[in-house]
Amino acid sequence: MTNPNGRFGIHGGQYIPETLMNAVIELDEAYQYYKKDPDFNRELAALLNEYAGRPSRLYYAKKMTEDLGGAKIYLKREDLNHTGAHKINNVLGQALLAQRMGKTRLIAETGAGQHGVATATAAALMGMECVVFMGEEDTVRQALNVYRMRLLGARVVPVRSGTATLKDAVSEAMREWTSRISDTHYCLGSVMGPHPFPTIVRDFQAVISREIREQLLEREGRLPDAVVACVGGGSNAIGSFYHFIGDRSVRLIGCEAAGRGTDTFETAATIATGRLGIFHGMKSYFCQDQYGQIAPVYSISAGLDYPGVGPEHAYLHDIGRAEYVPVTDEEAVSAFEYLARTEGIIPAIESAHAVAHALRLAPQMRRDNIIVITISGRGDKDCAAIARYRGEDIHE
Amino acid sequence: MSNIPRAFADGKAFIAFVTCGDPDLGTTAAVVRAAAENGADLIELGIPFSDPTAEGPIIQGANLRALKGGVTTDRIFAMVRELRRDVRIPMVFMTYANVVFSYGTERFLSACREIGMDGLILMDVPFEEKEEFLPVCRKYGVDLISLITPTSENRIGMIAKEAEGFLYIVSSLGVTGARREISTDLSAIVELVRRSTNLPCAIGCGISTPAQAKQMSALADGVIVGSAIVQLLERYGKDAPAHVGAYVRSMKDAMR
Repeated sequence: MTNPNGRFGIHGGQYIPETLMNAVIELDEAYQYYKKDPDFNRELAALLNEYAGRPSRLYYAKKMTEDLGGAKIYLKREDLNHTGAHKINNVLGQALLAQRMGKTRLIAETGAGQHGVATATAAALMGMECVVFMGEEDTVRQALNVYRMRLLGARVVPVRSGTATLKDAVSEAMREWTSRISDTHYCLGSVMGPHPFPTIVRDFQAVISREIREQLLEREGRLPDAVVACVGGGSNAIGSFYHFIGDRSVRLIGCEAAGRGTDTFETAATIATGRLGIFHGMKSYFCQDQYGQIAPVYSISAGLDYPGVGPEHAYLHDIGRAEYVPVTDEEAVSAFEYLARTEGIIPAIESAHAVAHALRLAPQMRRDNIIVITISGRGDKDCAAIARYRGEDIHE
Repeated sequence: MSNIPRAFADGKAFIAFVTCGDPDLGTTAAVVRAAAENGADLIELGIPFSDPTAEGPIIQGANLRALKGGVTTDRIFAMVRELRRDVRIPMVFMTYANVVFSYGTERFLSACREIGMDGLILMDVPFEEKEEFLPVCRKYGVDLISLITPTSENRIGMIAKEAEGFLYIVSSLGVTGARREISTDLSAIVELVRRSTNLPCAIGCGISTPAQAKQMSALADGVIVGSAIVQLLERYGKDAPAHVGAYVRSMKDAMR
């Protein structure tokens, strides 16, 4: 799907300072080599299976299906992976690649903290140094994850610039990489940034759709009618979509964080409210003002609180292959509570955005239709914040 | 061809950077005039961007203060139009790709020509992506300035061969900001650049003292100073122009 110069249609590219160009070229060359290397792939497969606990379950949500009275619902349980989210799939791949490239230090940005925790975990496992940049606002929202990263031996740097959220953490990680390239790999957590990151991260996350396909064919003997996943930068969504892109009968639906609504300024729904721009190394859609200043975005979910979207999603939107729908804080919180009560599964508030859309969609579909919802992570990290959203005074 | 060569025609060039609109555009214009009157040969006008990923804390701060003060690309164009009534030295804009792209690349560059800008530096547009902007820059006679960094290595020849205006040689790894010591082997980089182009080379990033200006100007055709000037604006606000004038004079004297 990727053109040689890292373009997805008009999107993507390498809009970065000259200082980083040789680093991304070196990374691309290493990736092109190792992705075909049997040793590398054997080692990665072993880590994913033995350490991360793959394949993740494809669980038939019987009670939810009966309650909604429409399409049959399956949950792809990325929340059951080691570290509690899909982020580990990409991190194990990149950490292994970085190690092969002779790097001894991993840096990462994190929003909700899941990618930071995954990176700190891989660094601990592989004996690498780890520094995680996290918006100061998010270190407060996700205090438990900050502690987990420290426990795993990482240094967490609170980022105070800009809106002190995910986009600022990305900017700060890029600045850090600019100043220290020789021993450091920037372990980017989503399908964004300059080429080759959107391709590398997508390939490492594509294991999700490969498994969904195999598991559903085995269980039902057919493909799903819809795959639903939440989209911030879009790594769990592209991972869930990838092996279905060629199957036109499978609807691919990405759920963006609408925050307090797409008619307010407190939103992070990039495809619904953004326009074409160039930022963080890529051409894609961004929330911005008329002069191209990046907008301060908002969502209850720290992991979706990002003003852009990965270039491959922008392309899938352009060609009409995937649909992108906004989901508000209120809808996501209701879905978070619904899944807990109905299936005994507490999803990450990010993943709850996908659940919320499935709640709208399933009743409109036939009983012989199948929806797969990717539960990208588990919601333990969100419980205190959701309780506070509902007016309960709980602190971690 | 723009007016940029004029900046390098009479000895070593001193290039001054200022973030437009910090603390307000009136002060920016006064700083530009003070720098020009005290020997600056070229001015880099920074158009603020909300997320300046190549900038250190000093210029990041200036960008955010300027945006908070309500500066916009259109207001900066109006300031330049007014400056051009008496300021004759070459001026270039320095900003990020999205500021130009979002304004409309064609519309932005046609305005640059109309108000008398000579060049454009885009911090996040490397050689591989310059085709996005270069044809439009050429159409309007605005030089798209290329940067060379300590990590450019094998890329230096390729970049220098197609460069325009002057070569901006970044002295150190990392973001902008004053440095006590510059350890990069800059003479080797300048040497490689000279093999591929006759364009002048200016060294920037981390230079703040007259001693550094003297040392760096011996290696190249000019020096660029940003953070040290922006710091004077941070400290003195509306009273900064006189301080910037005296500072530019001291730097220029050291380079003679």
